[in-house]
Amino acid sequence: MTDRPLVAVVVFPGSNDDHDAAWALGAVGAEPVLVWHQDAELPADVGAVVLPGGFSYGDYLRTGAIASVAPVMDAVRGFAAAGGPVLGICNGFQILCEARLLPGVLLANRQLEFVCRDATLRVESTASSVMGRCSLGQELVIPVKHGEGAWYADEGTFVQLAARGQIVLRYAEDINGALGNVAGVVNEAGNVMGLMPHPEHAVDPLLGSGDGGLLLASLVDAAAMHRDALTPA
Amino acid sequence: MKAMVVVRPKEGILDPQGDAVGHSLRKLGFAVSSVRVGRVVDLELSADDREEAQTQVQRMCSELLANPLIESFEIRFEDE
Repeated sequence: MTDRPLVAVVVFPGSNDDHDAAWALGAVGAEPVLVWHQDAELPADVGAVVLPGGFSYGDYLRTGAIASVAPVMDAVRGFAAAGGPVLGICNGFQILCEARLLPGVLLANRQLEFVCRDATLRVESTASSVMGRCSLGQELVIPVKHGEGAWYADEGTFVQLAARGQIVLRYAEDINGALGNVAGVVNEAGNVMGLMPHPEHAVDPLLGSGDGGLLLASLVDAAAMHRDALTPA
Repeated sequence: MKAMVVVRPKEGILDPQGDAVGHSLRKLGFAVSSVRVGRVVDLELSADDREEAQTQVQRMCSELLANPLIESFEIRFEDE
């Protein structure tokens, strides 16, 4: 076993940021491994799972809906239930919501336009295994590129999530009509997180921003911890 | 047995697609005050009786065809 924790990146038909995610995870210290959506199991010693961005199954029915019932999702569900860190990026976030591993749903952007730009995000909570290297109130610049990114939940759920620190990232300004400008949420246990912005596109300041690297490096930290907890020395 | 499922955005849920269609209809000169866009799913299924079919389609709707957070659904059966 290498020192680098194994992080699985799930590939659905229509995923298009899978290789970017794998590259970025490698750049922040992980050993990435691509896992096909038809696989019923994850590699045995995997420390974390990433559901990447893209247009899984051509966004048929609703974004993420078909992927949420793919064979690999049973394995992801089991991994998450055992405390394994899971990160959904963009389409991956939509999939986690449709799989009901995360609260809420992603609606079409209010302006009905695809939005593709750098977004300033504010860290609202660090109660997530994917936020370990971030601090409360910190501002991160990470690009977004989505047509269905307006996060929505009913008012009661929203208030409860905010009170529990499950709203982890908010846009500094309204970019897509998301309720409360929510950009990312985490489950109650803190190990499953989803966000619309693309941290894998922001791992090098030379290309605009390295802030996404903070999130991915936090995930890799969590992956190492999860692996070590499962395989004591 | 044939069934038709109509899925609609729930009342109060923003439907930008419907708004855009409404905008275009008004541009064409139609006096339309509101448009909501949903989807129709036609199903052919093997079930012994109507009751069983109803249960099956109900489950299909809550597990995949509709997202209960934002969509409502209606099930209709086509009588042979």
